[in-house]
Amino acid sequence: MNDVNDKLKIKSPSAGSPPGDGKGPASAQLENAGLSLEEQQLFCDAAPVPYEPYSPEFLERFHNWIRANSMWVLAFGTGCGAIELNPLMTSRFDANRFGIQMRPTPRQASVLIVAGYSSIKTLKRIIRSYEQMQGPKFVIGLGICTINGGMYWDSYNTIKRLDRYLPVDLYITGCMPRPEALLAGFMELKRKIKAGECDGANRYVKDFEWYKANQKKVIKKWDMPDYNW
Amino acid sequence: MDWGISIFYYLVTVVVVLVYGLFLYAFIAKTMARVQGRVGIPIYQPFLDIIQTYNKRTAVTHGVMFDLGPVFRLAGGLGTLAFIPVIYGSEVFGNFHFAGDLLLVMYFVFFGQLGMALGAGESGHPYASMGVSRGLAQMTAFEVPFALAVIAVFVQYDTASINEIVAAQQGSIYNWTLFTNPFAVVAAMFAFLGMSMYPPFDLVTAPNEIPIGPPTEYHGPYLSFLQTNRAIFAGAKLILFMNLFFGGATNLPVMMVKLWAIYMIPVLIGVAFPRFKVENSIRFFLGVPTLVGIMAVLYVQYWGT
Repeated sequence: MNDVNDKLKIKSPSAGSPPGDGKGPASAQLENAGLSLEEQQLFCDAAPVPYEPYSPEFLERFHNWIRANSMWVLAFGTGCGAIELNPLMTSRFDANRFGIQMRPTPRQASVLIVAGYSSIKTLKRIIRSYEQMQGPKFVIGLGICTINGGMYWDSYNTIKRLDRYLPVDLYITGCMPRPEALLAGFMELKRKIKAGECDGANRYVKDFEWYKANQKKVIKKWDMPDYNW
Repeated sequence: MDWGISIFYYLVTVVVVLVYGLFLYAFIAKTMARVQGRVGIPIYQPFLDIIQTYNKRTAVTHGVMFDLGPVFRLAGGLGTLAFIPVIYGSEVFGNFHFAGDLLLVMYFVFFGQLGMALGAGESGHPYASMGVSRGLAQMTAFEVPFALAVIAVFVQYDTASINEIVAAQQGSIYNWTLFTNPFAVVAAMFAFLGMSMYPPFDLVTAPNEIPIGPPTEYHGPYLSFLQTNRAIFAGAKLILFMNLFFGGATNLPVMMVKLWAIYMIPVLIGVAFPRFKVENSIRFFLGVPTLVGIMAVLYVQYWGT
């Protein structure tokens, strides 16, 4: 297992990712310009706001410990990575013992796994799912294709770097990473959550304009609200 | 007795049943994991899950009924528990039992599901509506054998007071309804399979078919209400079945062992059978279990003691 860990080189995503201005959405109300007037009435147009950590520090540390030990995973199987996720729950790997369980709905999940390459079409669904999750929420990019495109580097309809569109907390590289690598990644995510280093949901809100600009640059037909509550 | 003390005792009961219910859930999950050759969840995992969901930092609402859905559900669980004497003859765990409490409890058992149906309906999610319609259809079906079994108990003991029903079963194991009227117990246990949401009757919240039914849109504090209620309500239902059919309990250890044993019945059947479609489960409940229920009523009326 240690050898595997050494070879994995679990990376921190913050290096090299250009941040936005960190000011959050420009106004409290979103334009929702992609929707027709009739549809605009149906969707919430409030902009997301960042949340503060719990005020006494030990309380935040306690909750971070809880979050790390009760990770509810929404596995977004975009590509071949989905097949590596399934064995996690079997008796050979048994992710349950680490407090990891799969949730079928984004509303209840706290960890989003983007499992492999994502085409532009799928990115739209990933964004919707991510925004419907309730904070604090964490994103794992699984496989080399979420880091630099991998074997899809020169594909015309897949994105290359996931962290230009979503705040990724942890990458697990490989093509594809085996379930052992996934478990090692989960352990690393646990360590980061406990250390209070996973602030992705707030980063997404603070750099909202930057993320939205990137997303709208690749998704030509933007027919959904600017933030999917 | 003073109302203040009664309510305090009731709160003690709720905490005991909640803690026991959560540990029971984890214990069963761990047992199933061991059977499958896994380590399984830590025994305290349900507590962490409830705290984790309760302390989500953001939440969205879909309207007033959406907010009230989990409240109704929890009220259903607490209401069911409030009128069932948990331990026979105990002052602390006696709760607010009275002469006709079984009728009220019968209502409370289904109250939560109806409230939840309203809340889930307002969430607007198609899977939630599908889950609700399946759940209510299945509930209507398994209520028939359950009601027949309870009617048989009414006739047999000539009372609608749970306390008196438990009192009549004391003395010997052969005084339990299990031995005096086995048909009623079989019919009620069939209904219990439907209530307990294990296979083959778990289509309502089947995660890989309609993720995950009525609570699809529920998250954060709403979900923690539902999780809390799952432990309390499961405990209350088990206690009701223990009181009606398995002789009740005179102290806490006996109660815990009996509840575990009753809970293992749907678990063991659940691990062995695949999932029914909802039309199959309705046909099933209206078939053999209903016939057994009718036999139970006829048995106590004409041949019973």
